[in-house]
Parts: sequence; C-alpha cells; structure tokens
Amino acid sequence: MTYYLARRLLSFALTLFAVSIVVFAAMNVLPGDPALTILGLDATEDALEALRDQLGLNTPLVTRYFLWVGHALTGDFGVSHSFGVPVSELIGERLPLTISLALSGIVLTVVLALALGVGAAANHGKAGDWGVMFLSQIGIAIPAFWLSMLLVILFAVKLRWFPPGGFPGWGDPLGAMRSLVLPTVALALVQSAVLARVTRSSVLEVMRQDYVRTARATGFSHRRVLWLHVLPNALVPIVTIVGMQFAALVTGTIVIENVFYLPGLGRLIFQSISNRDLPTVQALVMLFAAIVVTANFVVDLVYVLIDPRLKSRA
Amino acid sequence: MTRKLPSNLVIGAVLVALVVGVALLSLVWTPHEFAQMNIRGKFAAPGAEHWLGTDQLGRDVVSQLMAAARNSMAVAFIAVLLGGSIGVALGLTASAVGGVFEEAIMRLADLGFAFPALLFAIMLAAVFGPSLSNAVLAIAFINIPIFARVTRASANQIWMREYVAAARAAGLGRFSISRDHVLPNIAAPIIVQATIEFAVAILAEAALSYLGLGAQPPAPSWGRMLSEAQTLIYLAPQLAIYPGLCIVTAVLGFGLLGDGLRDVTDPRLSRER
Repeated sequence: MTYYLARRLLSFALTLFAVSIVVFAAMNVLPGDPALTILGLDATEDALEALRDQLGLNTPLVTRYFLWVGHALTGDFGVSHSFGVPVSELIGERLPLTISLALSGIVLTVVLALALGVGAAANHGKAGDWGVMFLSQIGIAIPAFWLSMLLVILFAVKLRWFPPGGFPGWGDPLGAMRSLVLPTVALALVQSAVLARVTRSSVLEVMRQDYVRTARATGFSHRRVLWLHVLPNALVPIVTIVGMQFAALVTGTIVIENVFYLPGLGRLIFQSISNRDLPTVQALVMLFAAIVVTANFVVDLVYVLIDPRLKSRA
Repeated sequence: MTRKLPSNLVIGAVLVALVVGVALLSLVWTPHEFAQMNIRGKFAAPGAEHWLGTDQLGRDVVSQLMAAARNSMAVAFIAVLLGGSIGVALGLTASAVGGVFEEAIMRLADLGFAFPALLFAIMLAAVFGPSLSNAVLAIAFINIPIFARVTRASANQIWMREYVAAARAAGLGRFSISRDHVLPNIAAPIIVQATIEFAVAILAEAALSYLGLGAQPPAPSWGRMLSEAQTLIYLAPQLAIYPGLCIVTAVLGFGLLGDGLRDVTDPRLSRER
C-alpha cells in the first residue's frame, strides 16, 4: 500500500511539474512582447524597457520559471496588470463560487446518473431502458452552453422562477443558491448523460455474474441485490468516468460562468484575456490544469479503496 | 451479407449526410448572402422570403446556419486530420521503437490529457489574441494524445502477429512494416476514433466560438450565432434555438456514426454495450 501510494504521489508530482513547464513555456516562450501588449504600439522604447525590467522579462527564462514556481508554491502568483492587486487575492475572492458550482454539479451528476443508469439496467430491454439510452444520446450531443440558454428561456424568461444570470454575493445565501440552480443543472444534465450510460453498462455486466444469481436465489429482494451487491462491484469504471468528468466539469464551469455572468474563476480568465493580463491567465490556466491532474490522482487513490486487488497490479 | 446494419450506423449516416450535404450546398448556394444586412428587415418572422426569419441585423437565418455548417465541418476536418495524423505517427513510432521511447511518448500523451481544448485555446488566445486558427490548433492539439494512445494500443497487438514476424524475418525495417503491415490493419479503430473525435471537435468549435475564442465576426459559426442570440434572449428567443439544433444534429450524427462503425468493425465491443 505504501509503495503504491508513494509511486502515485511521485507520478502526481512529476505530472504537475511537467504541466507547469508547459504552461510557462506556452505563455513565455511563444513570440510576443508582453510589455508591448500592455503599453500599446505608441509606447516609447524607454517605457517598454522599464516595464520589461519591472515584469522581470530581462532575467533569463529558466530563472524566471523557477521564480514563478517558487512563488506559486507559497501562494504568490504575482500582481495582476489589469486589476493592480495580487493574483492570489483575485483567485481567493472567486474560488468559492467556482468550487461551489463544480461540487454541486458533480453531486447532482452522480445522483442523476446512478439513478438513471441503475434504473435502466434494472429494466434492461424495456421502455424505461430505451428512454434513458435515448435521452443520454441526446444529452451527450448537447453543448452545455446551449442547454443553459434553453434553461434560461424556460425558467428565467418564461416562468421567472430563477434569475437569468448574475450573482448577489454570499451575503445573500438564499439568492446565491437560487442563482446557482440553473448553472448546476446545466452542468450536471450534460455530464450525467455520459455517466448514466457507463453506469448502465457496468451494472449490466455485473448482473450477469454467478454470485448475483446466487444472491437472488437466496431470497434477497431485487432492489437489495441491485444496490448492495451489484452496484459496489460495478463502481470501478464508474469512478474512472467520474474522475474524468470532474475535470470536464471544472473546465465546464469556465463556460457556464460566462453564460450566467457568474463572477468566478472562469469569468476572471476571460476578463484577463481581454485585458491581456498574462500573469493572471498563466496562474488560472495552471490552477485549472492542476485541478484536472489532482482529480485523476484522487481517482487512482479511490480505486484502491473500492478494489484492493488493483494495488498489486498498479 | 444480409446481416442488418445497426440502427445507430444508419441514423448517424443519414444525419451526417444531411449536415455535410448542407455544408457542401452552401459553397454554391444559400437562399441569401449570409452576411448581407438589412436593418429595416430585422427580426422578420419565418416566411417564404426568409424560411426561419432574420436576426437583429436583418440577416437571413437559414443562410447563416448553412454557411456556419461549412465552417463547422472545415474546422473539425482540419483539426482532426492535423491532430490525428500527428497522433497516429507518434503512436505508430512508439509501438515500432518500443522501450524508453515508447514510454516517453505515452507519458507525454498523459500530459496532454491535463489540458482540455478550452485551456489550450485560452493560452493561445492570451498570447496571440483570439482567432479561428488558434481554435483549430487547440482542438488539433487535444486530438494528438487520443490518437497516439489508440494507435499504439492497436499497433502493439499487430506487432505480435505472425505475419509481422514473417515480414521481419524477410528483412523489412520497422518503418516499412509500420507503413505496409501495421497501419492498414489498424485503420478500422482509427477511423472509428476519428468519427467520434469529429463530433467532439464540432462541440469544441461551437463552445470556443461562443466564448469568443474561435470564429470572429462576421465569419459564420453556430457558436457565435448563439452568443449573439444570448444578448437578445428576451427579444428573440427563437434565434437561440436554431443554431443549437444544428450543433446537436451534427454532433449526434457523427457520434452515432462512430458508434455504429465500431459495432460493425469490432463486434466484441458492441456486445458489451
């Protein structure tokens, strides 16, 4: 177990290291002069040089990389050009919203997908099964941002149950929750379409096993066998997809926050792109990539909890 | 040969034919010039002149949707071809060379999975400014590790076959074996993957264009039409419906076609589904 954990941790750290190099290289090695971008074409050479100095652009690339990583590890991502405050402060203000959205999204995804997937498998070949398969096929093809717009048209424009966008702030908890309902549903519906299919086929696979038949023959109820005997053994592929989906959900929040005008990290990225605020974009891209890598790492750990046999194989 | 074709293959093929047909048709004919504005005729209701009406600038919606289909197909085709070719080449080489090289390529592929297309497009947009070609590059990039993995996994199986051993015994080099024996025998899974990735690419282009990181005005794009429609959602909600339906049709078509092709070419996989 310790060996497995150590190996996973090492590969996790190496991946993060490699990701940081890619992000830094993409944002710094690619041609383009940030000083010129910030000051514009009218800037004098003196002003440009002064800004390059201030931004540390005159120090060698490798030094700059290690300075960036070193500072980032202590939570210092530099100062945002456009907001004039530390990037970490900007992130701190907006992180709770993005995290709330991603977490509520993944919870709703898993609940919906397990209910639909297990339900479809239990009714294999019947109308309910076909219905779930049909809906999930459509769900996979729907862009989350379009689904969001449809939800807005129905629930905000026509029925006026929820706001069409915006965020009142955490000072108004009820209003905050209300404005997160449609974004959460939009995120979860699309993701649960994929997960419901995986759940269905994984559950069907396990239901064919002998021990399931034995359990049924012993007299356990259909429902008990399904949820207590079948589902736990069907979890490995489901967890794999959940891990991948959490990553998709987190990047999905970037899109959804822009659809619903939610002031989270996703909105911040786009404001920073329009402002050519490279330190902020760089920090945020690194943060999102790190979340994706961490999600995969957590999945590896969860595998072992679900199926200890994998330890020896890994 | 009278075996019935899977229904996903048939439905997928019909939808794909429809979307590709419309895209091709738009090259020679659209009901109106798609970018032609007519402010006085804005928000026209559907009718004989404008089948689905006009938008906020009086542009014909059907013509825009048709031109956007062309854009969508072109982006997906170039991105999947570019990323797919690089990925297949890497996967084939990894499989042929093996050892440390193979390990390195596969770890690099793992790294590629840490960057969803959106993050990559964001980096490119931050450095170079947003553009359709950057969106194409970003979508192509995420295809590289996907194709590298599929190719390597399939190619490794072929390398164990006896006819490959025979080819080696006959003195053929790794490169010629990869080209003449391995590649033709792994074409099926690669084509299946390409069809599925085509659907993913259409979705990605729409999302990037919606966010302003893809097609720039006045270039036609379903995603960009949706972002324009969003600002008018109280005034003309119908404008937010049509482009979305087009995206779903195209994505569904290529997705079903890919699933269907896999069912036909690899019956073992289809049984599990």
